[in-house]
Amino acid sequence: MIESANNPAPETAQRLSGSQLIIKLLERQGVTHIAGVPGGANLPMYDSLTGSTIQHVLARHEQGAGFIAQGMARVTGEAQVCFASSGPGASNLITAVADARLDSVPLIAITGQVPQHMIGTDAFQEIDTFGLMLPITKHNWVVRSAEELLTVVPEAFRIALSGRPGPVSIDVPKDIQNEIIEVTEWPEPAVAIATPEFDEQAVEEMLVKIRESHKPLLMIGGGIVYSGACEQLREFAEKLDIPTVQTFMGLGILPDDHRLSLGMLGMHGARYTNYLLEECDMLIGLGVRFDDRATGKVEAFCPNAAIIHVDIDRSEIGKVKNPMLSIQADVGEVLTIANQQLEAMQRPLWQQRVDQLKAAHPLVLDGQDDLFRPYGAIKAVADILDDTATISTDVGQHQMWVAQAYPFNRPRQWISSGGLGTMGFGLPAAIGAALAQPERKSVCFSGDGSFMMNIQEMATAAEENLDVKIVILNNGHLGLVRQQQTLFYEKNLNAVKFQQTVDFAKAAEAMGVKGVNLALSDDPMTDLKNALLEHGPCVINLPISETEMVYPMVAPGGANADMIGGEVE
Amino acid sequence: MSATMEKSEQIQQSVLRLTVNNHPGVMSAVCGLFSRRSYNLEGIMVRPIEGTDGAQSRVWLLLNEVDKLEQVMRHTEKLVDVLSVERHALEDSVFASTNGFFTV
Repeated sequence: MIESANNPAPETAQRLSGSQLIIKLLERQGVTHIAGVPGGANLPMYDSLTGSTIQHVLARHEQGAGFIAQGMARVTGEAQVCFASSGPGASNLITAVADARLDSVPLIAITGQVPQHMIGTDAFQEIDTFGLMLPITKHNWVVRSAEELLTVVPEAFRIALSGRPGPVSIDVPKDIQNEIIEVTEWPEPAVAIATPEFDEQAVEEMLVKIRESHKPLLMIGGGIVYSGACEQLREFAEKLDIPTVQTFMGLGILPDDHRLSLGMLGMHGARYTNYLLEECDMLIGLGVRFDDRATGKVEAFCPNAAIIHVDIDRSEIGKVKNPMLSIQADVGEVLTIANQQLEAMQRPLWQQRVDQLKAAHPLVLDGQDDLFRPYGAIKAVADILDDTATISTDVGQHQMWVAQAYPFNRPRQWISSGGLGTMGFGLPAAIGAALAQPERKSVCFSGDGSFMMNIQEMATAAEENLDVKIVILNNGHLGLVRQQQTLFYEKNLNAVKFQQTVDFAKAAEAMGVKGVNLALSDDPMTDLKNALLEHGPCVINLPISETEMVYPMVAPGGANADMIGGEVE
Repeated sequence: MSATMEKSEQIQQSVLRLTVNNHPGVMSAVCGLFSRRSYNLEGIMVRPIEGTDGAQSRVWLLLNEVDKLEQVMRHTEKLVDVLSVERHALEDSVFASTNGFFTV
């Protein structure tokens, strides 16, 4: 590399293998941890990891590795890497990659593949990783030469981080990992490409329309978190005095007790929240995708409202709801410009209506003073912790109870599988959060159904001695399925009760993790507190009744106004 | 197929003209997008573009979509290997001149 005539000594060429190139490129990209599982087809990459500054975290299942990387990515916003071998290694990553796609998480999956001359021969542990990853990534590659790695690896980071973030995958045949090439020049570490340009006039237009509306609502989602625009959003909402609903992915953008916050909308939103959406005359969607769990039956969603939609992904605009005005842009940039010209206004009549509906149809947290009831358990944990803790969940009833009741007060405090709804997400994601931010406590609410789906990662948490706490709301059932069978299948409870239960505290101990069973405790509140506050991995079993329900609930496919349960008694 | 169905299909059809990077997997990416978003793909014609040294291909797509066409185009544009997406009239497209090859 000769940059100028004044640079007399060209860098000597380094002879490196493809696998060494990969590790070096990841180091240059700032990667500090890789979660993965080695196997036949990625052995060269593991050989090259020796002596690297990157710390490898040995997961017990590739899906665990994928979700550990996701946990790191979700709390930091940086692209994170997982490794797997070919065949079953790669296919085990699929769920974590698909999950990252639906929740727009920058994840880079690097898989080994059988050598090129064996591709297509049904070789041992051969699978069409490229074909499998194609529909669930933003982009993916099979690398055909070691030279290509110099462009593919930075490009992978660029694509994962640019625009709407998401997963990418790189499949590397073993012979490419072993191919030696001379490297004289390294590519610059990749950063996200510039955000799309937009017409500032459209922002002005948007503000005019918002001012003209009488009953506007803001609907805010993951796009605000990913854009780092929480402060701008808060100023925007406050100055225009607009009540604000948060999507599942948007929880924590506004502090829980903020005067404009209406909590979560949709299938398990509070009654007053969904009623207000019925009444609003304008809905301003910022960084949201109008997911069906948020909108309910689309035709009945905000029936009286004109829609304004700001999103960085052009294909989201008009996908579900046709907006009267849309801006394809980074939502933070739009809000920054909007805030420059904002004069504060007040909407006393609309706020009065909000207060009225809130008083008549509040979120009812039944049993919140009882530790062995769902809301009580969640409140107790929240009372012991402060806002520095990262809260993750698995998928099911416990997830919805946490989404409803946990006081989220900052962005990225909350990580959960929203779009794909993957049971087994919680533990490995909590491990990832703890790895990326060891100064924060990482607390995962789980259920006895979900926890079994990646229970093996307890050994990983023990090995890394992470400050990960798992609170299992244990009802011995697949609770949310039981709830749906109860409500929509005439109580025909089928295949939802675990005849063989698991002693999770003992299972934890067997894997080197402290286990606390509050069912056997003389002073459960004190034991819970001690378990949460001391350092180190711990599983806390907390029994609840299988008859507990998540209310209110909108029937799948139903209109949000038609909620079941959750009324004030 | 009844004559009325044929007629209604003709009314519903659109043509897209794509310029893409010519390497393995691009066709999968395009076809996969259409199948998983359940867009109706009726015809497809691909060849490398002359003068690009094999670097780019032209893909012609015949679609039974009109209402969703804008959405189809936005999703297609998001594919990294798709360089451009343009609407094209059915009449002077590759499909108009190849009808004779698709008879019983």
